[in-house]
Amino acid sequence: MEKKTPLYECHLEAKGKIVEFGGYLLPIQYESGIMAEHKAVRENVGMFDVSHMGEFVMEGKDALANVNYLFTNDFTDLALGGVRYSIMCQPDGNTVDDLLVYRMKEDKFYIVVNASNRDKDREWIESNKFGDVNFEDISDSIGQIAIQGPNSEKVVEKLTNQIPQKYYTFLDDVVFAGKKVLISRTGYTGEDGFEVYCRSEDTPHLWNEVLKAGAEFGLIPCGLGCRDTLRFEAGMPLYGHELSETISPVEAGLKMFVKLDKENFIGKEALSKDRLRKRMAFRVVDKGIAREHCDVYVHDELVGQTTTGTFSPTLNQAIFTALIDVDVSSDNHFSVDVRGRKLKAEVTKFPFVRKSK
Amino acid sequence: MKVLDHLFYTVSHEWVEMLEDGTAVVGITDFAQHELGDLVYVNLPEVGDKVEAGKRFCDVESVKAVSDVYAPVSGVILEVNEELMDAPEKLNTDPYGAWFVKLGEVSGKERLISAEIYRGQTE
Repeated sequence: MEKKTPLYECHLEAKGKIVEFGGYLLPIQYESGIMAEHKAVRENVGMFDVSHMGEFVMEGKDALANVNYLFTNDFTDLALGGVRYSIMCQPDGNTVDDLLVYRMKEDKFYIVVNASNRDKDREWIESNKFGDVNFEDISDSIGQIAIQGPNSEKVVEKLTNQIPQKYYTFLDDVVFAGKKVLISRTGYTGEDGFEVYCRSEDTPHLWNEVLKAGAEFGLIPCGLGCRDTLRFEAGMPLYGHELSETISPVEAGLKMFVKLDKENFIGKEALSKDRLRKRMAFRVVDKGIAREHCDVYVHDELVGQTTTGTFSPTLNQAIFTALIDVDVSSDNHFSVDVRGRKLKAEVTKFPFVRKSK
Repeated sequence: MKVLDHLFYTVSHEWVEMLEDGTAVVGITDFAQHELGDLVYVNLPEVGDKVEAGKRFCDVESVKAVSDVYAPVSGVILEVNEELMDAPEKLNTDPYGAWFVKLGEVSGKERLISAEIYRGQTE
């Protein structure tokens, strides 16, 4: 049975088209449609329900040592109030999940994980943690709203006077529309934006307040459909596609988040070896859209498979990423097999779309 | 959801208009375009192709997915609406104006349902 986020009724009211995602019933789009919602975030401002995300707290004398051992990034120099993206790997270097780590105190971290991986992640962390540390899954008590787009700060300004100024920083115990929240300047769209974590029961109140405050800027609620096209245009990975239990972060081109000079962490040895595949960005030259799991060819030789493929509303054309054998040069003529038709594809650069302004 | 009285429909949400000269025009319904969302590509068949009632004859792609379109009747393609290649959004804005193909030698009308029944199914 799928779970509902605290905003389920709000989605019905806004005529959201409900689908199952990560074990939750969430809107894939609202009445405006994916194209309009996508455009709102790129050019103006949009709001997402991301309450399905999982939240963990790790606290204690050995908390820093634990996050440095469990995750691939290095948190030693992460300042209080700072946020850092990381991967959690298996010993073979493949991926358990990707996540965000917030430093609340010297010895307290807030960890945000994918909804679909929450149970697996919790068990993984519980069985691999060590020393003097408390670990708790608080996901069910937390709601989360993302406000994204070049005009997001104007909306947030109307609801609080405590605004994190730098990208990837946060403020805790902030009063936002009358409720206590944690607010970070983060997001999954490639635009400026904020993510607001609140008590589960306060989420509908905040949703409605953001809608009201955003009305004068044309803010609209946005669904999972454009969340995917936005993150994909920005070159951001999605677990289950670019990262998985059979794909390592090094293959996915996320080496900058894997700190091999760190003392020891799960997956270090495997991740130190040369990769066999690399994630590459393509645009489809012929008419048609490549989706995930399409075979990619150079002439008649199979060289890899797509991980995500979609229509890019910003570029107005089909784009995809693929894991390609590492020794295949990008100068080649590529094609992608879409339902039996081989479409011409051209190598392009990450990100597909750069931030507005 | 708009359903036009003078057309026939299928349970898979295509419409067909029977013209007096015996030919037929085919498209997808307002309900279908609403369910599919913003359409961004159409893969059309070619003039001269034979289509069979109930079988896939072309597909449409939204941002999120590709969906088959089934022939409401059997026949031979006389004309293809090439305009849809460059303006697939017409399927969303004007589903009953944005036809896919014109068919000749039409047969196999048994699957068609009336506007009244179709309306009942999509309510």
